Amino acid sequence: MEAIGPWRQRLEDTTYAPIERTSKVYWIWLSFLLAVIAWGGYAYYVQVRDGLIVTGLRDRISWGFYITNFVFFIGISHAGTLISAILRVSKAGWRTPVTRMAEFITVVALCCGALFPIIDLGRPDRIQNVILYGRWQSPIIWDVVAITTYLTASITYLGLPMIPDLAIFRDRTAGWRKWLYSVLAIGWTGETRQRSMLATIIATMMILIIPIAVSVHTVVSWIFAMNLRVGWNSTIFGAFFVAGAIFSGVATLVIVMAILRKIYHLEEYILEKHFVYLGYLLAAMALIMIYGNLSEFITAGYKMEVPGGSLAAGTEFHLRELFLNQFAGFYWYYFVGGLVVPPLLILIPWTRNIWGVVAAAFLIDVAMWIERYFIVVATLRVPLMPYEPRNYGPTWVEWSIIAASFALFGLLITLFVKIFPLLAIWEITEQREESEAAITESSPGARPQLAGEPAGGAV
Amino acid sequence: METNQDLSLAQEQTGQPDGKVGRRRMLKLFGLGALSVAPLPLLPSVLSSALTPSKGPTRSDYDPALAPNGRVRRWTMIIDLRYCDGCQSVGKPPQCTTACIEGHFAPEPMQWIEVFEADLHGGGTQFIPAPCQQCQNPPCTNVCPVGATFATPEGSILIDQTRCIGCRICMAACPYDRRFFNWGDAPQPPEAMLAHYDVEHQTPARKGTVMKCDFCPDMARAGTLPYCAQGCPNKAIYYGDLEQDVATNGKDIVSVSRFLSEHEAYNLKEDLGTKPRVYYVPGHGEFVGRDSTKKGRMATVWPWVQRAKGAKTWKR
Repeated sequence: MEAIGPWRQRLEDTTYAPIERTSKVYWIWLSFLLAVIAWGGYAYYVQVRDGLIVTGLRDRISWGFYITNFVFFIGISHAGTLISAILRVSKAGWRTPVTRMAEFITVVALCCGALFPIIDLGRPDRIQNVILYGRWQSPIIWDVVAITTYLTASITYLGLPMIPDLAIFRDRTAGWRKWLYSVLAIGWTGETRQRSMLATIIATMMILIIPIAVSVHTVVSWIFAMNLRVGWNSTIFGAFFVAGAIFSGVATLVIVMAILRKIYHLEEYILEKHFVYLGYLLAAMALIMIYGNLSEFITAGYKMEVPGGSLAAGTEFHLRELFLNQFAGFYWYYFVGGLVVPPLLILIPWTRNIWGVVAAAFLIDVAMWIERYFIVVATLRVPLMPYEPRNYGPTWVEWSIIAASFALFGLLITLFVKIFPLLAIWEITEQREESEAAITESSPGARPQLAGEPAGGAV
Repeated sequence: METNQDLSLAQEQTGQPDGKVGRRRMLKLFGLGALSVAPLPLLPSVLSSALTPSKGPTRSDYDPALAPNGRVRRWTMIIDLRYCDGCQSVGKPPQCTTACIEGHFAPEPMQWIEVFEADLHGGGTQFIPAPCQQCQNPPCTNVCPVGATFATPEGSILIDQTRCIGCRICMAACPYDRRFFNWGDAPQPPEAMLAHYDVEHQTPARKGTVMKCDFCPDMARAGTLPYCAQGCPNKAIYYGDLEQDVATNGKDIVSVSRFLSEHEAYNLKEDLGTKPRVYYVPGHGEFVGRDSTKKGRMATVWPWVQRAKGAKTWKR
């Protein structure tokens, strides 16, 4: 145990560093984000004042950027659940340095995403009607229930494993922070009884949160799939949405991880192998997404159904617009750039490194936003009656509010690193102790490299 | 600190200082805490469905109209396409749409009854006036989160614009493109502002809410045909009651069941299972002398737009 001493001290110092020191760049970055959010706030004020007429939305394509962004952010929120809960359940030891960030992305993305159905409302002043007159038959109410449940569970699941780390911070600080950490650490002393209690609660939550997460994105897809529309009227929607959510969630985690690792010098703990392992997950999910695309479009395209006969346009119009006409450029970017190239980047040995995985993750996130856009807009564009298909183009109001949502996402993460421990100190320590013990037991002579250990060096 | 107090309290109460009970209690507290917060939004509907007899999304503030047999009227509409030439012979925009717009102050660009031109097999076209289809399995009311759109006991689908939150999922759900949104301050003439708002008349229009054809049940109860049926120069639109099995276009009186079966009437998009109350008799204006290869109709106009001060219109 003695060998753990300086190593553990370094881990604590690294995790505490963002709270101690704040650079000038940080303040510039913060003001930039606040400016973007303020501009988005002004755009929303204009929208409330004049009505949704200031957007590019109209009767025939009545959902657009806002609902796209809603689906995208709720998808991102699946990062935390997958990395944290599923890897915890499967006892994958390498997860420990990345769980905290993943769990936090979940909470932040949920907060950003949940704003968008409200921003999209024609009468946000009547939001209380959802509570007063809510009907459980409506997919929108399913969404409200699922997302509030998921948010509650995610905050709990973020907070629980943080308690011991908050206690460490409590013992290091003074002033208002000490008060904050004392409250949040709810009297943690680290004695055995508390430890076993915490372990039980975390184990309960990690099992609970997996079905909740799956249900959330399934229900989000049902906002579409419960409607009689070509392109939405599909049984695969729930499963496909969950797969896409995990896909884009992990990609976002990779990007956030790479940025924070660079800024806060976490190279000792977040290793190349973490990126590569998450990259393997991305590659596997990309193959599932390709399968999902195939499965969705071939079952529709083989039959070319036209519901309503000669009155309406059908599957042929939808697929033609997607593959050949209006949306073709972006669709093939999504398919090739988002689903085919990223797994290649990850699997080919020359690019199987941090930069390769981050590049793949970036491509995936852009592609997944576009995919959500197709689901909303390309389907609504299919004419229901004999009229010319209408085109949708977002206005400056929509662009500004979308930009503000990404700025809000960045802002919440930026603030988080200044208040909360970025790494799960006790979990990383526990993991190291465990693997050390295991190695000492099995073969005291030869030891592979551990997380946080300089190459070839003995501790 | 709170946790420790809770634990010691638990130990005192149970007299078991081995920590076992404390852990359970802690688990329970967390579990109950999470469970009690999560389903809050569901609570009101659970309560209201427990306290009131459930009738689905049906709401009515008035006594429904009754047929002579004492049963509730079931309003219906039959549109005889053999008599509809899209008002080509009149040389005007479709008069059903015009009458509806003038009667309801339907804001531009809303055509609650819209005359579509659909292709026929063989190259010609037919005109199809399409009001709200008044489905008996309405996809729109099913998805409404707040019950703002609902079926009356008479079977008409209405919208309460004082409750609508403007989420527009009903517009995504309607397979007939028959719902219209007030994207901005709707252009209506000044006298519309004098109207007493009612779900059956929807005037004055409210920004950020959905509107559509209301099937004019208030006019039917007063013994008048809907604006569209009154406006049709060829008397192609019948309005009536399925319960009493009678309908009229203002000139002829027909037995609904006999008329529908004898003329092989159909519903739009029957395969979707929405069960509309609007029926069509197949045709392309042949009874008023229209040649099916003569295409096009005049564009709809909103006659009072100039009088709607400061209002902006938009395109569908």
